[in-house]
Amino acid sequence: MKILLTAKPGTTSLVKTGNWRESHYPEIDHEKCIGCGQCELACPEGICFKTGEQNSKGKFFYEKDLDYCKGCGICAEVCPVKAITMREEKK
Amino acid sequence: MKKILEGSRAIAETVRNIGIDVISAYPITPQTHIVEDLAKLKADGEADYEYIRTESEFAAMSVLIGAAATGARTYTATSSQGLLLMTEVLFNAAGMRLPIVMTDANRAISGPINIWNDQQDAVTMRDAGWIMLYGEDNQETCDLHILAYKIAEKCLIPVVVNLDGFVLTHTVEQVDIAEAKLIKKYLPAFKATEKLDVKNPLTFGAFVTPGQYMEIRQELHDDLRASKKVMAREMLDFKKIFGRKLSLVEYYGAKDADTVVVAMGSVLGTIKEAVDELNKVGKKVGVVKISSLRPFPAEELLKLIGSKKQILVIDKSVSLGEEGILSGEIRRSFYGQSKAKIVGAIMGLGGRDITKEMIKQTIVTAKKTNEQTIFVGK
Repeated sequence: MKILLTAKPGTTSLVKTGNWRESHYPEIDHEKCIGCGQCELACPEGICFKTGEQNSKGKFFYEKDLDYCKGCGICAEVCPVKAITMREEKK
Repeated sequence: MKKILEGSRAIAETVRNIGIDVISAYPITPQTHIVEDLAKLKADGEADYEYIRTESEFAAMSVLIGAAATGARTYTATSSQGLLLMTEVLFNAAGMRLPIVMTDANRAISGPINIWNDQQDAVTMRDAGWIMLYGEDNQETCDLHILAYKIAEKCLIPVVVNLDGFVLTHTVEQVDIAEAKLIKKYLPAFKATEKLDVKNPLTFGAFVTPGQYMEIRQELHDDLRASKKVMAREMLDFKKIFGRKLSLVEYYGAKDADTVVVAMGSVLGTIKEAVDELNKVGKKVGVVKISSLRPFPAEELLKLIGSKKQILVIDKSVSLGEEGILSGEIRRSFYGQSKAKIVGAIMGLGGRDITKEMIKQTIVTAKKTNEQTIFVGK
């Protein structure tokens, strides 16, 4: 046996599971974003995060991490200002 | 030390002498005496393993996965429905490359419910990635257990040692029980290269993506195939230390036989008697014993009996709707490489007796029939 079958703790994040995403990915309109954080709360993968940057209206907008996003679209569904759009992904 | 004792007791004493760290089991007929004897040895202070009686076979094998992952030498025994219940865990044990050794007291599968011997239970785990050995008598079965640990720990592949339920487990005969000291000479303490350790946390049985899965499965496949060579070598070593011969395939009977019977397990004793009688009256018949279903000794068999005219395979199991497991294995191994007429006979299901007369008659029937598979019940 040559292949190592065990893993060190905390190494799961090294696996970029975003490549399982089937067909759609979220796009966040930073100008529309009001920084409410609903997307972060709803995301099952925890890939919506506060960037710490402000838009022209002074709102701290959110961004997504496509390395782990599965494209479920819940963020787009819960966004109260429709700042998130699910776009078709061409691989 | 030579003793007259029940097959189950002989296995229990051998397992105790091997030096096990953790035994976990759930009782089921006809395996019960084995785990009962192991529990008694522990209760009487004659063994120092941890004995865990779980609530099911599924749990028993799961406990062993955990124990084996810590680097412990592990053992369980089961039978029939119990083996089926642990099926999911069996695949994991092999996939995680844990050198667990298990005894399967072969028994029929429900339904209808039947507690007697045939070999249907173990063949259901044929593709689980385990090494599968079959004992002809209690001495050989005990010896195979010692060999099993050696191969399991060398190849990091779990091993199941099969013996016919009741026919062997409940039969009292002479067995030379290998002493612990002698076993230690053959089988050094198991040292796992990687193990569960609170000071150095590791994940066993981790999730893998399509990017890794195939290579890991192929490696198990390749290593299982390669284990045949390891086994052949270890069998020679076994003879040097214990003085008893073990082999992947063994031929018995007329050297110039044109008809050969092939089988696994205790029925070989009856076949050998039948072959003796047939040889005495000038019939050119031989018999081949197969001790390992996985890895399958295809090349060895082809070399041994590929040039024969007629091969009769006796199966105590059947891939329903197709044919016996062993006859199927032989047919694919011989395809395009042998002109032998291969007939599979399904016999002895659910504890039906297989007599010498039935075997002699089946040899005649197999010559005449155009069927690939026949059921012989009387």
